[in-house]
Amino acid sequence: MKVLYFAWLRQRAGIGEESVSPPPEVRDVGGLMRWLAARSPGHAAAFADPAQVRAAVNQEFCGPDHPVKAGDEVAFFPPVTGG
Amino acid sequence: MAAVPTIRVQEDAFDLAAETAALSAGRVDVGGIASFVGLCRADDGLEALVLEHYPGMTERALTRIAEEACGRWPLSGCTLVHRFGRIRPGEGIVLVLAASRHRVAALEACAFLIDWLKTGAPFWKREEFADGAARWVEARHEDEARTREWG
Repeated sequence: MKVLYFAWLRQRAGIGEESVSPPPEVRDVGGLMRWLAARSPGHAAAFADPAQVRAAVNQEFCGPDHPVKAGDEVAFFPPVTGG
Repeated sequence: MAAVPTIRVQEDAFDLAAETAALSAGRVDVGGIASFVGLCRADDGLEALVLEHYPGMTERALTRIAEEACGRWPLSGCTLVHRFGRIRPGEGIVLVLAASRHRVAALEACAFLIDWLKTGAPFWKREEFADGAARWVEARHEDEARTREWG
C-alpha cells in the first residue's frame, strides 16, 4: 500500500510518501490512521488531531470508514485551500 | 454535445487574454465569456504563497468539476488553469473561464467553478513572510458553505 502525505502532514511526518504493509485488522482509513500514528513521533504528530485530517483512497476523497486494501494509494492531508 | 474543458495545472504564469481568445477562436456562436482570476494578495507583509498539490488527483478533480459545469450549463467551452509552486503578490493563482451563447450560463458556471475549486481540488497554500515566518492557510467554513449551496 502506498501512503502519501501533503502540506503540514508531510512536514510533521517527515516524509512525503512511503510503502507500508499494515496487518489484516487494518481495514479502513480510520484504522490505517491509528496504525500509522504509532510508526514514529512524527507520524503521531501528523495524526494528533484527526478532525483536521482529510483522506483520499486511489485519488478520490473519502471518509474514515472507507475501506483500504493492499495495492491502494492512500493520501492524508489537511482540508484543501486552493482557488 | 457538451463542451470539452481545458484543464491545466502548471507552475508558470497564465495569460488571461490568450486563454479568453482561445475560447472563441474560429467560431461565431459564442455570445459571452465569463472569467475569474484569483490573485495573490500581500496581506500582513506576505512575500509569497507556495502552493502544493496532489499530482494526478488534482487533474482528475479539476476535470470532474469542469465536466459537471458543462453538464449543468450549456457551455461552448470552459478553461481551468491552476498554478502551483511559488507565487508572488500581484500574480495570478487560478483562472476560470466559461463561455456560452448567453451571459447567465457563462456567469453562473464561472461562479460554480471557482466555488468548487476552493473546496474540491487538492491544493494547499503556505504563506511566507518577509521575516522568515511561514504558515499554512486554514480552510474557511464559508467556502464549504458556498460549495454546498450549489447542491
